[in-house]
Amino acid sequence: MGGKSEPTKSESMATKTTNPDLLNTSFFSFKSLKLKTKQQELLLRISILGLVYILAFIARLFSVLRYESMIHEFDPYFNYRTTLFLTEKGFYEFWNWFDSESWYPLGRIIGGTLYPGLMVTAALIYWTLRFLRFFVHIREVCVLTAPFFASNTTLVAYFFGKEIWDTGAGLVAAVLIAICPGYISRSVAGSYDNEAVAIFALLLTFYLFVKAVNTGSLAWALGSAFGYFYMVSAWGGYVFIINLVPLYVLVLLITGRYSMRLYIAYNCMYILGMLLAMQIRFVGFQHVQSGEHMGAMGVFLLMQVFYFLDWVKYQLNDTKLFQTFLRITVTSAILVGGIALGVGTASGYISPWTGRFYSLLDPTYAKDHIPIIASVSEHQPTAWSSFMFDYHILLFLFPAGLYFCFKRLTDATIFIVMYGLTSLYFAGVMVRLILVATPAVCLISAIAVSATVKNLTSLLRTKQKVSQTGSTKGAGSSKASSKVTLDQSQPFQKNGAIALLVGVFYLLSRYAIHCTWVTSEAYSSPSIVLAARGAHGNRIIFDDYREAYYWLRQNTPTDAKIMSWWDYGYQITAMGNRTVIVDNNTWNNTHIATVGRAMSSYEDEAYDIMRSLDVNYVLVVFGGVTGYSSDDINKFLWMVRIGGGVFPVIKEPDYLVNGEFRVDKGASPKMLNCLMYKLCYYRFGELTTEYGKPPGYDRARGVEIGNKDIKLEHLEEAYTTSNWIVRIYRVKPPTNRL
Amino acid sequence: MAARIGIFSVFVAVLLSISAFSSAQDLQIVNAERRIDLSSHIVKAFLTLKVENIGKDPAAEMLLAFPPTQIKNLAMVQALAITGKKKKKTYLPLDVKPTEQPDAPNDTGYYRVTFISPLGPGETVSLEVLYILTHSLEPFPVEITQSESQLVYYHDSAVILSPYHVKQQTTFIKTPSTRVESFTSIEPANRAGKEIKYGPYENRASYSYTPVIIHFENNSPFAVVEELVREIEISHWGSLQITENYRLTHGGARHKGVFSRVDYQSKRSVSGASSFNALLAVLPPRVNSVYYRDEIGNISTSHLRTGFRKSELEFEPRYPLFGGWSATFIIGYRVPLEDYLFEASDGRRYLNFTFGCPLVETIVNKLTIKVVLPEGSKDPSAVLPFTVNQELQVKYSYLDIVGRTVVVLQKDNVVPTHNVPFQVYYTFKPIYMLAEPFMLVSAFFLVFVASLAYVHIDLNIVRK
Repeated sequence: MGGKSEPTKSESMATKTTNPDLLNTSFFSFKSLKLKTKQQELLLRISILGLVYILAFIARLFSVLRYESMIHEFDPYFNYRTTLFLTEKGFYEFWNWFDSESWYPLGRIIGGTLYPGLMVTAALIYWTLRFLRFFVHIREVCVLTAPFFASNTTLVAYFFGKEIWDTGAGLVAAVLIAICPGYISRSVAGSYDNEAVAIFALLLTFYLFVKAVNTGSLAWALGSAFGYFYMVSAWGGYVFIINLVPLYVLVLLITGRYSMRLYIAYNCMYILGMLLAMQIRFVGFQHVQSGEHMGAMGVFLLMQVFYFLDWVKYQLNDTKLFQTFLRITVTSAILVGGIALGVGTASGYISPWTGRFYSLLDPTYAKDHIPIIASVSEHQPTAWSSFMFDYHILLFLFPAGLYFCFKRLTDATIFIVMYGLTSLYFAGVMVRLILVATPAVCLISAIAVSATVKNLTSLLRTKQKVSQTGSTKGAGSSKASSKVTLDQSQPFQKNGAIALLVGVFYLLSRYAIHCTWVTSEAYSSPSIVLAARGAHGNRIIFDDYREAYYWLRQNTPTDAKIMSWWDYGYQITAMGNRTVIVDNNTWNNTHIATVGRAMSSYEDEAYDIMRSLDVNYVLVVFGGVTGYSSDDINKFLWMVRIGGGVFPVIKEPDYLVNGEFRVDKGASPKMLNCLMYKLCYYRFGELTTEYGKPPGYDRARGVEIGNKDIKLEHLEEAYTTSNWIVRIYRVKPPTNRL
Repeated sequence: MAARIGIFSVFVAVLLSISAFSSAQDLQIVNAERRIDLSSHIVKAFLTLKVENIGKDPAAEMLLAFPPTQIKNLAMVQALAITGKKKKKTYLPLDVKPTEQPDAPNDTGYYRVTFISPLGPGETVSLEVLYILTHSLEPFPVEITQSESQLVYYHDSAVILSPYHVKQQTTFIKTPSTRVESFTSIEPANRAGKEIKYGPYENRASYSYTPVIIHFENNSPFAVVEELVREIEISHWGSLQITENYRLTHGGARHKGVFSRVDYQSKRSVSGASSFNALLAVLPPRVNSVYYRDEIGNISTSHLRTGFRKSELEFEPRYPLFGGWSATFIIGYRVPLEDYLFEASDGRRYLNFTFGCPLVETIVNKLTIKVVLPEGSKDPSAVLPFTVNQELQVKYSYLDIVGRTVVVLQKDNVVPTHNVPFQVYYTFKPIYMLAEPFMLVSAFFLVFVASLAYVHIDLNIVRK
């Protein structure tokens, strides 16, 4: 909006200064200004974009300032570890990497089971910087990759907005997306995850595709295919693109918007995109065989039928004959397609939809069928509050934007509407998918803001011009003045417009404040280091995770195998440099269930399981001393559920009392004696955690524990961190049989 | 070059030893007193000798002998000559060099002390010798649990090993606590409090050796830095950046079995007595931008006290160190250049910095000091009061084209007494300082020129 209103404002000021006594000079300046208006506008636009670019970057640096330049959370540690491997050993080693440090004893073929886009991107940036003699550490590159790509996304958003609406909408979209919490949550410095580059790739692909549809140019379609390739290489969310784009094409076909431009854009993008995507080992032939990708292929074939029909129609010149032909062709095409799909599915050539795909379409699916997906907090259905938290005013602007889009229906606006509505549905199914919807919400809201502000300012400005200079401005103002004559019947029009403008700016400033607050308070914590406020308002740091991982790294044998719940797998391998049984990849449900079973069994049974897995150390996370609530006891029911899903000996009701999960005296006996309980609360009964409470008072759950006399037979305490958050136990070798 | 000097010095030493050996038996030690301090894991021995020339020729030097078990752990030998009496005592440092003897019994090692002026026949001289032994306390039992305290063996001889006849001698051994499990008794020997006294012994022949073993409690922190790499980067823009990479271990009795946090928290006095969790580093004054981190990020437990004479960094490793546990970490800091870089009279510049390890009471098994000179410096040379291995390397840092010359100084078995100044001389033209800013400026200039050109040049084939 700034780019639109600013130059015209200076222009009107220039017209105001036209007084008679300074006529000559002012005439000259007016003329030179008028010549420069376009350049001024360009300058303003570039400087706004430049500022937005920088803003998007620095808004994401809270975590670096608050804590330090470090990798956050869980998955980023895996990405960091693989990037480190890539930069040290080179691409071929990386591509063929078999990792024996995770999923012991199975191992994991890393090169074939990951999306390499992020790592390759970071490594390329790293190598470029080194080539330019900037000797940065790879960690710094990884930490800053996400903010860098967020900045790039704002540029893409600008061009996308420009493509679907106008420059003003583009600029507003760039500003909105730069600070939108929904996006910042996944792209703060240190959140080195696939999504960091994937959102950029997603938006770029969409933008280039819309551009290709608008222009019918092969070059843009090619660009979009490469954008798609980058997206496929970066994130599994590419499935969204390969389903949304065909859906969009289908909608255009149905609404009679089929054109040669569309044909070129889709065919080029699909064929090339498919060929490129198949180069990624993790995707490979899935792209032509799996159920999720069949829609795109179907639409591709449908397009050929359409083209053929178009040609026949042109050749026949006879509507009646064509109608019959149409009926026959369409029926046979659908029949052939259906048979092909049926045979393919039956013969197993086409794999059915995966559970993850089902769980996206049906929010209740995961809960019933795949506990491992349901157990992750970011896979929960989204609450209204988190929509409000992540979108703030965009939530209200979105419908307004939709209204504007429907008012000016083009191929491009249809696309953004479809993108917005589908992604918003998915955002409702899973919390983490708010991220995918964010660009669409920002773009549509930007349209609303831009269109509203533009209407209001043009109202204000034309009135002034009519009263002051009359019709000196040519076509633009004559159009506006005709509008004025139309609207003249409404009273207080100018005041109303001013009030509305003030309202808009108030809302936008609230949005900016909200975004900054959310970013600084909620989304900038690395979750490895926990910070709390002490009794005197001072900052207390709990660095127990790293303490434990570093202890493992330094003081255990290099071939030690660590058993922990899968959440900590990536961190243990990356920071502790030790072999883990399961990690966050979760590719083998049985293996995870085995660990879940060990954790929920009695010590004797668990010992046999651990012996069979060659486990040397067991690591548990316990928040009873600090009041840290996302610990293993609170996750324990999921271990039981996942373990019980594979091994029916584990039954969830055994751990509950009247359907209630308890750890105090009223807890079920199985709960009080299972391995997880013992490991978390071992010798906890001797500790006074809070003044005025009995010893063994669990601050995370607010109860006194039920079993204070815990004896361990096959395990011994190897290390407990200073705030007890991580406890590590050594598995003793079997005693000699006498 | 260093190697050549080494060969040369060995050659000279051999020559000297042949000449010296002829007069070896012409000296005798009239009175010797030895005080061995075992209170930390660095064993310090003070030797007070009264040497008399009983031969006919003047003697220019004398030999100090060490048993083979000690010679490999000997970190440093210093000798002072005492002149004057009582209050007017003055100490003059003497030249001490390791040497070899052709007929050394049982691999005895030698150090040669050169007197200030040759000792005439019948004259006596008083000497004070300080020698420092590392890794000489052997933990026994080798493994202890958290609740046990650490007991160690110390092996030595009740009489001083010497190539000379010793008329009278006494040895005092100071233990850190009164808890001494056992000690070999060589009459007359007795123990009082923290002190064990051997002697006085009269008229012991040369190369007398009476092994003794002392088994006592020592819970002082056995902080051993297995490897320390200190990188000192000189920037002529005004600062020295120092980065220190530590690999620290607890060199005492190995920790066995359980580590219990409850016991460690609540019964601190009896639990993990030999473990340590705090370290003190003495840094230069006016130090700034101090950081303390390891491979996985910052370590948040440290306090810095800056002062006029020195700064103190008190820090904790991520976890307390028990026997056999190790930790690696990095300490980095910056100091102003003017305190450490000077211009010599011949126009060369020199860095004057402290050798050794900033940590208090630690042994460094392998110390590497890398002095990174600014890009474009030439003819580096290092001046040190003791021999170290030297070599040159090249390092690439930000915006370097030809790379920076790195003077690498390497020494094994370093103790806090090695914290003495050393100098690195080099020549440098100040114009090189402008190379990097010039590169940056021209890069920006090129970017703007390119964008100007892009805006003004029309590359379209078709005229619009």
